[in-house]
Amino acid sequence: MFDARPQHNEYLRHRAQQFRSQVERRLDGSLTEDEFRPLRLMNGVYLQLHAYMLRVAIPYGTISPDQMRTLALLASKWDKGYGHWTTRQNIQYNWPKLVDIPDMLDALADVGLHAIQTSGNTIRNVTTDAFAGAAADEVTDPRPYAELLRAWSTDHAEFQFLPRKFKIAISGGEKDRAVIAAHDIGLRLRRNEQGQLGFQVWIGGGLGRTPLLGKVVREFLPEADLLPYVEAIISAYNLAGRRDNKYKARIKITVAERGLEVMRDEIEAEFLSRRDVFTGIDQDLLQELKAVYAAPAFRNQEDGDLEAQRAANVGFRSWTDTNLSAHKAPGYASVMVTFKAPGQTPGDASAEQMNLLADLAERYGHHDLRISHDQNVVLPHVHKSDLFALYQELKAVGLATANAGLISDIVACPGMDYCALATARSIPIAQDIADHFRARELEEDIGKIDIRISGCINACGHHHLGHIGILGLDRAGVENYQITLGGDGYDIPAIGQRPGAGFPAEEVVPAIDRIIDAYLDLRESAEERFIDAYRRVGAAPFKAALYPADA
Amino acid sequence: MSKTFTPSFATPAVITANDLRMGHCVWMRDGGWTADPREAQLFEDEAIADLAMLDAIGQANLVVGPYLAEAKRGTDGRPEPTHFREAFRRRGPSNYFHGKQAELEASNV
Repeated sequence: MFDARPQHNEYLRHRAQQFRSQVERRLDGSLTEDEFRPLRLMNGVYLQLHAYMLRVAIPYGTISPDQMRTLALLASKWDKGYGHWTTRQNIQYNWPKLVDIPDMLDALADVGLHAIQTSGNTIRNVTTDAFAGAAADEVTDPRPYAELLRAWSTDHAEFQFLPRKFKIAISGGEKDRAVIAAHDIGLRLRRNEQGQLGFQVWIGGGLGRTPLLGKVVREFLPEADLLPYVEAIISAYNLAGRRDNKYKARIKITVAERGLEVMRDEIEAEFLSRRDVFTGIDQDLLQELKAVYAAPAFRNQEDGDLEAQRAANVGFRSWTDTNLSAHKAPGYASVMVTFKAPGQTPGDASAEQMNLLADLAERYGHHDLRISHDQNVVLPHVHKSDLFALYQELKAVGLATANAGLISDIVACPGMDYCALATARSIPIAQDIADHFRARELEEDIGKIDIRISGCINACGHHHLGHIGILGLDRAGVENYQITLGGDGYDIPAIGQRPGAGFPAEEVVPAIDRIIDAYLDLRESAEERFIDAYRRVGAAPFKAALYPADA
Repeated sequence: MSKTFTPSFATPAVITANDLRMGHCVWMRDGGWTADPREAQLFEDEAIADLAMLDAIGQANLVVGPYLAEAKRGTDGRPEPTHFREAFRRRGPSNYFHGKQAELEASNV
């Protein structure tokens, strides 16, 4: 089985060398573009609007300081000084030159990173909760299972030519911060009545042009059966999934067309025949991985002067109010470092910021960093006595914006500013919305709200899951934006619904403004979030605000 | 995003692609390639455009994915884009001053 931990990276060097020779053969004419394209895509290399793009996998969003420094090196040496956190916990570089990419892959291999299976009809990067191993409410750390899945799925011979791409997400517990309902396979760690660890297994979720929430195919799968069962799901899909139509090829369509019961029967039959093939090597590796991901040695000491520091510094108080999450260890908190400062492109990180985060993780964060699927970075383990020092250092490089989960913490795909598939831009819309509500000084008053923007129907910005979703389209040669309401990727998974016609770019901010004013007007208290108010009153008041002429 | 339109005097076109080695956008001019969209050759005749496209496809050692993009003749006689996607390819991204806009400014200095 593939093992991509930093100390086992000969294989990655071999793969990088393979790609170097493929690039050479493309340049000397031995390979045509048609022959080369699938080879470059297998290494995460796309051709976008203005340049090539390299997507590097950050396995389940977990990254060490040394790996982060290498990401910074790639940005400063071979790109334009920055990278972009994606909604699948990866990083993309927007400006690499084809001739430099083999060197970039070599540098990544040195720290155990790679771009394998970040594209193509394969099993993609397994994603999980950015607070894994830290969250107070998880059943157990999902990362050993995520790494087991990665080791098993990387270059898995049977699954290199699936009908379509395949995405797996794992949640560490009932509180889902991995959006499992919107994945091809969603896994939720839980304990059964006997106290045994296992998974609730979902299949058939996905966004894109046909957004569907997944369904539970197994209420409880013992942890030891993880690989054979997941393999059974994907093999059943591999045979039954449609290959005649790219838009009907994802497992969500296979499940929707054939029915959950048919799929379940096939999966269970496959599972029975495959389980015996797994002789226990996977369980040995899992035990090793549990040791690798054991909790760090948490300090047992007082919180320090946290309350006094909060009282003395308004900015720090505001930041601690919004950007911290409950940690399982006493005296600790998880810190959300948002990449959504005023004027910033959502998810863009400079080499300087990456290097500083690596330093800060070493100094204050037990050497642990996570990329979150909302395009931010989490320092999962920070002792409360270190928070003020951490805040001051973050602030020096523009990374202490107190807006986690607020209206300016917008998720946006690169859109037509970079992406060759996009039908409209996303980034300027995100920037305009954030600027507008900052100017109105309403951000804190509005409270928690989730705005997500995609620049095309493929939905990389997960707009269907936004409390307010925005989808950019090309309407007769003009950028036009559809708004959806009521989506949710967290508490109660829901696909947002479209209340009516779209808006030209310059009318998007006024439209969002009317929705927010309607919300502020009808909410029962400041504690009632937008999504709660929407669920209570339904779409009608918001629809009336959006389309006053129809009311 | 290749278009299925026929280049003509009323609907002129340019041929554009990405540079194989570096990835940046390029436009066809006199059978070769330029990184400056203002220098692109405007095709107003279907037969000439078809021949030029064959030529462009034959230059796979230099460029990737050549296609005909609808354009119009600007007041200075130079080609201008008719669709916002081509306008972005000519200009670069809107969130930073880099890409084509920075290159073109540098080339004008």
